[in-house]
Amino acid sequence: MRVLIPTPLRSYTARSWVDATGSTIGAVLDDLERQYPGIRFRMIDEQDRMRPNMRFFVNGAATFDLAQPLRPTDELQIVQALSGG
Amino acid sequence: MAGSSKESAARTAGRPPRAERSTRSRPAQRVVVLVATRKGAWLYHGDAQRKTWRADGPHFLGHIVSHLVLDPRDGRTLLAAAKTGHLGPTIFRSTNLGRTWKEAARPPAFAKAPQGQPGRAVDHTFWLTPGHASEPGVWYAGTSPQGLFRSTDGGLSWEPFSPINEDPQYREWMGSVQDGTPDGPKLHSILVDPRDPAHLYFAMSSGGVHESVDGGRSFATLVKGLEVVEGFDAATITFHDPHCVRLCPSNPDRLYQQNHCGIYRLDRPSDEWVRIGRKMPKRVGDIGFPVVVHPRDADTAWVFPMDGGNVWPRTSPQGMPAAYATRNGGKTWQRLDAGLPTGQAWWTVKRQAMTADARDPLGLYFGTTSGELWMSRDEGARWGCIARHLPEIYAVEAAEPA
Repeated sequence: MRVLIPTPLRSYTARSWVDATGSTIGAVLDDLERQYPGIRFRMIDEQDRMRPNMRFFVNGAATFDLAQPLRPTDELQIVQALSGG
Repeated sequence: MAGSSKESAARTAGRPPRAERSTRSRPAQRVVVLVATRKGAWLYHGDAQRKTWRADGPHFLGHIVSHLVLDPRDGRTLLAAAKTGHLGPTIFRSTNLGRTWKEAARPPAFAKAPQGQPGRAVDHTFWLTPGHASEPGVWYAGTSPQGLFRSTDGGLSWEPFSPINEDPQYREWMGSVQDGTPDGPKLHSILVDPRDPAHLYFAMSSGGVHESVDGGRSFATLVKGLEVVEGFDAATITFHDPHCVRLCPSNPDRLYQQNHCGIYRLDRPSDEWVRIGRKMPKRVGDIGFPVVVHPRDADTAWVFPMDGGNVWPRTSPQGMPAAYATRNGGKTWQRLDAGLPTGQAWWTVKRQAMTADARDPLGLYFGTTSGELWMSRDEGARWGCIARHLPEIYAVEAAEPA
């Protein structure tokens, strides 16, 4: 599926959209880690929690669950939180 | 990830007097000052006389860099503890003085908690300490919240070190994030006895000072004689807030400490700290964050006092910054402010942001919360500004590349 990478993480991917596979958000992030070593820990902590200021959207809908199932046609958008100064 | 690097020339803004030539000087070595800031890192390369400085940076622009350290064992390996406001923490490593960087394969991270239990996550790596000279490749790291980590491969991969990270007693002493300052509670001042790689110290803000004589398999508290905030019980380790602890290379049995509650000295085998800050001027006090020891004279140390009154402004007292030196183990203190602003200067110096080089006469360096880098070529007698307008400076190290 297509995954939108936020600008702070493009030092890993060198582009904004990348392809990754997996049946859940967690599995897609594992595949991103395989392709771009180090990227997962910048978004997900060692307790498998989304880091406080990272947001995940599936087809535009917010999600907070790494176990959420995904279909190959879904689109995962990762953004860093924007509010605040 | 590769960090960007720009080079520009920077000349000293101030004019500290030329250092007297000493027969013990080591003319071949040049000093590089490693500056870690809230928005990236810079390397300042000095000329042979430490009069002009060439800026190399920013590296990791936009990253919060808590510590940048050169491995004294090989003179070329740099480690940078970094994160951004949004992204998780990591370690970057360079083996060519910052021309290229490689990210750690496994940055410091706590063990995964058992199912159903809230585990801790490293917010940032705060402190880096190279291991003993006999253990090349070994590094120690302290984190926020408090955790102790070790690498045996030069900083590429890190593992929790010693049982303390998960020990119930230590977890109680560390307190919660609620007990920490706005920047988060920290494990820092990881010290390795140059005579014995199994003899280690570390400190926690808060959580006291701790010592191991068995290579980290166990630690014991080392807080006797230290004061805590008025109204609290010094027997409760959680209330102890050491800000910075340094071990004297010329006499590893002597340690100095800048604490939330004063300046202390410890002479082993005694386990009782002595408050030597009582001799500081009353209007300045003995609160601050950094303490620097002389590499060749265990009676000499420097501190940089700050205002710890009422709401803890964390500024220079009365807006008049100054270092203070002792040349007799803390019996007396001398104010060192020549060349520094004489008023309306409301910055201060964080615990990792003051250091010394190994030259003779010794050079002192500090970075300010307002983004200025200062140095003295004569042990603090006169100060000059190397750089202004940097981001808030978190750490300064002086090193001699191979």
